[in-house]
Amino acid sequence: MEQFTGRVWVLGDDIDTDIIIPTEYLAMKTIDDMKKYGFSPLRPELASQIKPGDMIVAGKNFGCGSSREQAPEVVKALGIRCVIAKSFARIFFRNAINNGLLLIEQPDLYDDVEEGDTITVTVNQDVNHKGRQYPIAALPENLVEIIEAGGLVKAMRRRNGLD
Amino acid sequence: MGQTVVEKILARNIGVQAVKPGDIVTVNVDRVMLDDIMIPFIVDKFHEMGFEKVWDPDKVVLIYDHLVPASQQDDTRHYRVGDEFVEECGLTHVHRSDGICHQLMTEAGYVKPGDIVFGTDSHTTTYGCVGAFSTGIGYTEMAAILGTGTLWVKVPETIRVVIDGKLPEGVMSKDIILRLIGDLGADGATYRALEFAGTTVEEMSVASRMTMANMAIEAGAKCAVFTPDEKTMEYCEQSRENYGGCGAQESLMSLEQVQKDLMGDPDAVYYQTITYQAEDFQPVMACPSQVDNICNVSQLEGITVDQVFIGSCTNGRLEDLQAAASVLEGKKVAPFVKLIVTPASRKVYEDALACGALQTLMRAGAIITHPGCGLCCGRTGGILSDGERVVATNNRNFLGRMGTSKVEIYLASPMTAAACAAAGKITAAKG
Repeated sequence: MEQFTGRVWVLGDDIDTDIIIPTEYLAMKTIDDMKKYGFSPLRPELASQIKPGDMIVAGKNFGCGSSREQAPEVVKALGIRCVIAKSFARIFFRNAINNGLLLIEQPDLYDDVEEGDTITVTVNQDVNHKGRQYPIAALPENLVEIIEAGGLVKAMRRRNGLD
Repeated sequence: MGQTVVEKILARNIGVQAVKPGDIVTVNVDRVMLDDIMIPFIVDKFHEMGFEKVWDPDKVVLIYDHLVPASQQDDTRHYRVGDEFVEECGLTHVHRSDGICHQLMTEAGYVKPGDIVFGTDSHTTTYGCVGAFSTGIGYTEMAAILGTGTLWVKVPETIRVVIDGKLPEGVMSKDIILRLIGDLGADGATYRALEFAGTTVEEMSVASRMTMANMAIEAGAKCAVFTPDEKTMEYCEQSRENYGGCGAQESLMSLEQVQKDLMGDPDAVYYQTITYQAEDFQPVMACPSQVDNICNVSQLEGITVDQVFIGSCTNGRLEDLQAAASVLEGKKVAPFVKLIVTPASRKVYEDALACGALQTLMRAGAIITHPGCGLCCGRTGGILSDGERVVATNNRNFLGRMGTSKVEIYLASPMTAAACAAAGKITAAKG
């Protein structure tokens, strides 16, 4: 079972796609150009503080708002290993999986965790925070395949024996 | 524990006894709808993924509607890419000038009770009118379905909307769905399914149900379903004969089977139940520029109107044109108003000609256009400019949708729209 440990950034409820990447930066040429503006309306400094392997823990309805696929791409490009939230907005959820960003729904962790804490995620099993296990539902194998492949296009290429 | 209609459709599709909200399941797709705007992107992703053939060409429907006839030179590229893909993959269900995708998917019999259907347009929720699970997706996922025939779905919670009683004169199903969107808010059903029930809904035609399922997305819903009944089965039987029987590859379930397999259980668990009394509804409008900004028409009475649009996948069907014609019978459109009427499909056009509705509208001063998305997507005849005001029967009044961002769009039912055209100002149809 895949396991990883990392530092946590804590965000609130209803983190919308305009917070994740504001409209004015959407037309930039690449996701790398955009990523420094990630979360800027809420926390302008956050993008520069996130280190590869960090995780985001948030409240309900993470990723609500528009269908912009740049939102999960920016989160991933910042190096976020996974987002753990009480719930996700549906279009963001799909776009994230298709772009190879792991999302985990967990109802209780958000209420107990503090920014800077370290957590350990065992994919499809639980999150360990200060010795307490927070169970997580297993993702179907095909979704894990999409995430591990790095997105839906790559997963399909792998399925078709191309990569 | 009992199951809702949507839970039953999903469980039946994957061959399990029950599913519950939050479960992620991989469904076997019964049909897909590809539209002309998205086709070049779908084809690119399909090839990038390394697919060489479509999983089942019989289940794929390609419809040119947003860009027909072309209004910009680049539009024809979409037909060319689409036609090459048709050739490459041996697709047979292609409609190049028959009308709007969502109208054709139902009217040509491509969708039936219990089906799971995806389309590259957000108003794919429409097919819930016949008891199908249907929703819009992006082009990357569509490319993956074309190669594999499957897609993952998170089982949604269901909001049950119960409407009982008889609607007042001059009130249509459009007024119900607009009121509901106003009450729920534009995100009030996000991720969830809407399930409609009650005596008012049972009395409604399938066409009226389509209007409501179509606009479920405007409250954020993933899908909307009506429990299939005798009307549904009759509609589906008839649809299978339209357009040369192109949609009738698989047999229809019997009504008994549908009621056994797809009815919500009495002990089904709903996220929320909302009840309305039909007699309480009145004509409403979605005011600029949010679909949940709902006002009673009586509050808006007298505001002048420059143009009226009757059409779209929301309200461009025969009963809509007949309702508009009944309001405009023997009347004239106000001299300064352009009334644009766009039948939703070739069949609607033919039927509206045959019953005289189009003649009535024409004599009243309407401009009748070719079937298609038309003005709803802001690309063809009838684009408005700064300071102009339009009353329209389609589904979105977002800034810039039908012209410049300084156009005011009021969404209404076909009866209300027709009354506004005659009066030259906002007013309700007299019962």
